[in-house]
Amino acid sequence: MPKWFMPLAGLAGVMFAASPFVIASVRYESTMGLVQKIFYYHMPSASMFLISAVVCGIASARYLFKGSPRQDRLAYAAAELAVLFGAITLVTGPLWARKAWGVWWTWDVRLTASLMGWMVAWAYLLVRKYGGPGSDKLAAGLALFGMANVPFVYISVNYWRTIHPKTSVVPTLPADMGGALWFSFASFLLLFVLLLRLRVHLEEQRAKLDSLYLSLDE
Amino acid sequence: MRAALLVIMLLTAPLGAQQPEAQPPKPVDEYVPVSQLPPQDQLPAAPLLVTAYSFVWIALFGYLVSVAHRLTKVQREVERLESDISKGSRT
Repeated sequence: MPKWFMPLAGLAGVMFAASPFVIASVRYESTMGLVQKIFYYHMPSASMFLISAVVCGIASARYLFKGSPRQDRLAYAAAELAVLFGAITLVTGPLWARKAWGVWWTWDVRLTASLMGWMVAWAYLLVRKYGGPGSDKLAAGLALFGMANVPFVYISVNYWRTIHPKTSVVPTLPADMGGALWFSFASFLLLFVLLLRLRVHLEEQRAKLDSLYLSLDE
Repeated sequence: MRAALLVIMLLTAPLGAQQPEAQPPKPVDEYVPVSQLPPQDQLPAAPLLVTAYSFVWIALFGYLVSVAHRLTKVQREVERLESDISKGSRT
């Protein structure tokens, strides 16, 4: 592992431990009250979900066109993180919606597109695990669909009539709420980078193991 | 005979339809302000908030443990194979 990994892991741990205190110190949102504080974890995890899908898609495209195993390992790692952060998004969102909207789930464009993106990430992992020989290229094709879904998820709230808040909400937050949100976002981003590096390292070790088995057979 | 049965069914159908039945609650599929919800649907916010934050922490920690476990397992196997290969090359 690189030298920067452990100091940044320590920093991420401290930031995550501090994040509930930072969020608790911020004032309540006037209409939703306490439950709106889910937003400070929901929005950053949703962003990491979309970033994971983009990283997975770009790495898959590079793997398909250039055949680099390094890019394939990066795509595999990012797909797993898309499933993780997608699960967090799809659990925290309904918990917030139940109180704010009165329903756990609605087939709103953004929610449906997010669910689709999460299912594509799952499909990628299942194809890689059970698809047999050639599944890496098939999964890479799936990842391109996952990436194509990302802009659709992002802009959907601005173009369709929806009960989900628009993307314009974040820049209009008061300074204290915005500060807590960006602190939480930075914590999630740092954790995302560290988890991605750790997961890529696992794939590197697996590739090393495969080459050792091949050398034993020879 | 069939025509008579059909006439009887058509004549008695409105009677059946007029009988009072318990109406199922109207499904909610659009925005409803919290203040307009019936009292049984107005959940307190704290359990939802605690569940959301707990889920995030458990999911992230669980994933970290899972990756660390898989990495340790693979690294042990790499070390074992490397020592087997080095022993094999010496003999």
